Amino acid sequence: MKLWHHYHTPSSIDEALALLDHYGGQARVIAGGTDLLVDLRAEEGEPFQALVDITAIPELTTIETRNNQIIIGAGVTHNQIVRSPLLAANATCLVESCGVVGGPQVRNVGTLGGNVAHALPAGDGTTSLVALDAEAEIILNGERRWVPILKMYQGPGQSLIDSTHDLLLRFRFAPSGKGEATAFKRIMRPQGVALPILGCAVWLRVDGDTITESRVCIAPAGPTPMRVNEVEAFLNGQPASERTIHQTAELGQKALHPRTSKYRATADYRREMIGVLLRRTLTLAVQRAQTGAAVPEGVGM
Amino acid sequence: MATINVTVNGQQIEREVDESRTLAQFLRNDLGLTGTKIGCEEAECGICTVLVDGVPVDSCVYPVLKAQGKSIKSVEGLAEGETLHPIQSGFIEHGAVQCGYCTPGLMMTATALLNENPDPSEQDIKVALKDTYCRCTGYASVIRAIQSAGRELRGETPLPVNDPAVSEPMHVISRSVPPQEVRAKVTGQAKYTDDITFPGMLYARTLRSRYPHAKILSISTEKAKALPGVQAVLTHANVPGENLHGLVYRDWPVLCDTVVRYMGDAVAIVAADTEDLAAEALKLIEVEYEPLPVVADPQYAHTAEAPVLHPEHPTGNLLKHIKVRHGDIEAGFAQADVIIEREYHTPTTEHAFLEPECAIGVPAGYPDHDKLTVYVGSQIPYQDRNQLGLALGVPEESVRVIGTLIGGGFGGKEDIAGQIHVAMLANATGRPVKMLYTRQESLVFHPKRHATTIRMKTGATRDGKLIAVQAELYGDAGAYASLSDKVLTRATTHATGPYAVPNAKIDCFAMYTNNVPSGAFRGFGVTQSAFAVEQNMDLLAAELGIDPVQFRLINAQKVGVTTATGQLLRESVGLIETIEDAWKDMQAHHNGDGFRWAWRDGHKAYGWGIACAYKNTGLGGGAPDKSEAEIEAFEDGTIEVRTAAADMGQGLAHVVAQCAAEELNLPYEKVRVLLCDTDLTPNGGPTTASRQTFVTGNAARLAAVALRDALTQSAAEMMDVPPQTIRYEEGLLRSNGHQVEMGKLVHWMKSHGLTSRVRHEYYAPKTQPLGSGGDMHFAFSYATQSALVEVDMETGEVHVLKIVSSTDIGRAINPLMLQGQIEGGIVMALGHCLTEAYIIEDGVPWSRLLARYKMPSIKHAPEIISHLVEHRSEAGPYGAKGVGEIPSINTTPAICNAITNATGVRIYATPVDQDALLLAMKNGQTELHTAWQHVR
Repeated sequence: MKLWHHYHTPSSIDEALALLDHYGGQARVIAGGTDLLVDLRAEEGEPFQALVDITAIPELTTIETRNNQIIIGAGVTHNQIVRSPLLAANATCLVESCGVVGGPQVRNVGTLGGNVAHALPAGDGTTSLVALDAEAEIILNGERRWVPILKMYQGPGQSLIDSTHDLLLRFRFAPSGKGEATAFKRIMRPQGVALPILGCAVWLRVDGDTITESRVCIAPAGPTPMRVNEVEAFLNGQPASERTIHQTAELGQKALHPRTSKYRATADYRREMIGVLLRRTLTLAVQRAQTGAAVPEGVGM
Repeated sequence: MATINVTVNGQQIEREVDESRTLAQFLRNDLGLTGTKIGCEEAECGICTVLVDGVPVDSCVYPVLKAQGKSIKSVEGLAEGETLHPIQSGFIEHGAVQCGYCTPGLMMTATALLNENPDPSEQDIKVALKDTYCRCTGYASVIRAIQSAGRELRGETPLPVNDPAVSEPMHVISRSVPPQEVRAKVTGQAKYTDDITFPGMLYARTLRSRYPHAKILSISTEKAKALPGVQAVLTHANVPGENLHGLVYRDWPVLCDTVVRYMGDAVAIVAADTEDLAAEALKLIEVEYEPLPVVADPQYAHTAEAPVLHPEHPTGNLLKHIKVRHGDIEAGFAQADVIIEREYHTPTTEHAFLEPECAIGVPAGYPDHDKLTVYVGSQIPYQDRNQLGLALGVPEESVRVIGTLIGGGFGGKEDIAGQIHVAMLANATGRPVKMLYTRQESLVFHPKRHATTIRMKTGATRDGKLIAVQAELYGDAGAYASLSDKVLTRATTHATGPYAVPNAKIDCFAMYTNNVPSGAFRGFGVTQSAFAVEQNMDLLAAELGIDPVQFRLINAQKVGVTTATGQLLRESVGLIETIEDAWKDMQAHHNGDGFRWAWRDGHKAYGWGIACAYKNTGLGGGAPDKSEAEIEAFEDGTIEVRTAAADMGQGLAHVVAQCAAEELNLPYEKVRVLLCDTDLTPNGGPTTASRQTFVTGNAARLAAVALRDALTQSAAEMMDVPPQTIRYEEGLLRSNGHQVEMGKLVHWMKSHGLTSRVRHEYYAPKTQPLGSGGDMHFAFSYATQSALVEVDMETGEVHVLKIVSSTDIGRAINPLMLQGQIEGGIVMALGHCLTEAYIIEDGVPWSRLLARYKMPSIKHAPEIISHLVEHRSEAGPYGAKGVGEIPSINTTPAICNAITNATGVRIYATPVDQDALLLAMKNGQTELHTAWQHVR
């Protein structure tokens, strides 16, 4: 079964936009394609006139630091992220979350940009980008601009951008500063679709023995990823102690209302996992913030 | 079309390519590099892995133009000339190749790992191969092969082979010789059905039902026929002979006419110039349906209000009521001091062989084909031929079935898939026609393992003796009978477990429903009853205050015991030894610190569980069980053994070669095997019921004996010596200072008009039907397994850390490959316990994507310690019994017993749901009656 007719690999953003324009909605962007091809096959719809592959556009495939911001191209693969010492030190949670997406074959091809453009409520990469307070650079209706990562999510599977017409270019966020650290953990089940039952990413800053600022993302806890403001508000100013961390479990459980999803998890189980994940990720992040050492955990499993 | 420039296996290639191709399609279809296999097209199974600029990618979801300017390496590029890459020789040496279908993917992923890290730990290997699946090996041999290859690449000596200890190795028997065709499998040269093409070949697709149950009001094929490039569109009206097939009951339409009974039912078939056109044509076939009420549940199917699905079947939806009666059940329970009664549920499960079904029909008169010929990887070629003859309305001898290599079967390739359809299309078009099922189609179409509900009541006396077993089983047969009768009979007759039970009353109801049909699947019904039996055993032991190991030892079958079907066990019952083996290893694990069934460490709970099993070898139940083999000696000193018995990776080919080499005292390399060609090989019977080593092994052995007699007679004449003085030594026949090479002798025989070809038809010992009280089976294999599990008390996640296994297989013909059967069987069963359920809702499969059906990956593979017990079976070849199924039977209850010991929660339904397990632990519940599929 044909999924597309023509395949283009433009070498510049302008060329990609021109191609999308040329096909007038009958072409769509492809990055790694590891999700896209599977979806297209499952949909059994009419083939696209063309796919426009953005992974040969040099500026979309690099990880770099500019003006004290880390910038990751939308065509950067999960494995590039996993192997980046810059990110291991400055965005540990992103390495941890990209390190558990699929298997090596998928991580070698699948991209962070594709993960975000797919707009799943619990994309592992996304959960970490939210905790990192990242922004995404897009070309929406011909206008190039930066938007907060959460803005990219309009609903489950619904992205702000239209992949037959718009482009997702890059992500940016601040690297971990002194006393700052991140962590990501998720709960899976060995049956059925390989989507997390629940994932949790945290970013925090510890000054001495006090947590001075934090960002916490738990997903899926709604149609789009979200921050857990109640936990963040509580943490700020609290001692970086086991007791503090324990208290967040109940707060998180109260603040979030996860639902039962068929063949994945019951709401009750997810509620339990909110506590477990908050405890595990916050403990790890505090430890990292206090020691300044961060070695990504769980990559590849 | 676009121009692509790539380097493939070191060779620069520039050519015009269809832009919509994936890399896998480009390699296979455009370059003819068929070593790269396609397993799912969902980026799930990883067997299509190739290296692009050195990194592994799933070539089935990789658009070929993404590879522009890059360097690609496929399995064909691993060896340098005749010299195998260490990963290839490692896979051969360590027995890591069974069906061979996933082997290229595993090796490519492993090669990328070794290039980067030539000294990988087990954990490194698990990370790298996490998404590269193998359904045969259980991964232990794969890990060893990779580590061994790493050592070789580092210039160190390869790892020693983990060859299990066996008693009395002979010349070739009980020696770990490499399997047949293994070199072709590791170099990508092995041809499975989809790797074969013919000039002018057409591509076929099947239109399947849109409803699980509906009347067909009309079928219109006009628009599809009008599509240019479509060569034939056929429906029930075009079936020339009987429009029903089936292995036991002929109830399954070749093409549905008035009614569809499940979502996999075939309504029309199409042959077209290309796969895309065939798919396009399916959309143009118009079928009008009138949906009918769906029978989704076997117990509902048994009620008066359920619609009757097969009105011609005399007992309505009740396909069969199977009964075991033994002793006096009421008196038995009256004597019991303790009675345990519980209900268990097992789900439908899927074979997930990595090669989806494929068949090619070639019409009579096509070059080199004087008969209508069907190429197919089938477990039962002669029955395929029989069913082809009936459906086509021709004598079966006018059809030839050629068995190709099989990329895994496990029971799932016994029923007719595309065989009849491609034959009809080849006849209709006069051209070869290939029909390859997509993975998604395979999931919807083929018969699965029966879902069961088992109510089991077990009684014992205070001294720990089982006294009575009463059980009621409901099995979901699905829309068509397939092998349900036989499978559920096995579930019923084995429902006492491998124990001495004086009183038993067991009833099993095989029910028609509108679900996917159920049929043969490794373990053949016994996996289901064992799940209930072995947990009731632990419950009873606890109630009696007897250790579970001791309780099993007290009741274990041994010589002299009469089974519940009335069979007196006279020999080859090694169960007690297997229990003792397992118990020794369980204790050894604790290094003399004292054995504990359960303990805690932080938030982790640990527990051991034990379970026993037995499984018949052979068809049994009074069915004549025979196999025929032909053997021929050639002037070049080689011999060929021919039989139509399928090797789906389990290794029948090397078993028959070993039997022949042993009898003729020939080097193993001198023996070739030709399998499964109904024109060239005699009937070996179905590859089912763990029977082939016993039955076809014996046929090959006895054919070799007959050949030896013929050769001896001729040699005696040629050398003028008494025949009884002639000895066979490595291809030489010697007598008192005279000698002749076997090849020269064959030459002499030919020149004297004598044949060096003989056939032997072997009949296994006669068996009796169920209910007659005689020997229902001619042999049983026995096994004990213990599982060590770790349960995360905070998340409910279950990990199996270790499986200790001991199996009485009579004799290990090929110890290393037999160990591979055991390891593979264990991991498959672990999947049934922890990861697998085929979900079907009101007759509509939810599990229609491989992404929704997870089988165990390498990361689930536990440490396996496997022992062999060899209680010879007198009639078995050199004492061997079957091994194919026995390892898959008791793993699940062993794990469940371990979970209970670790957590206090007993598991009554599989696969184990961590969600419900956690909540049960939190809420202090001790019983878990829901499984993953109940999360909603």
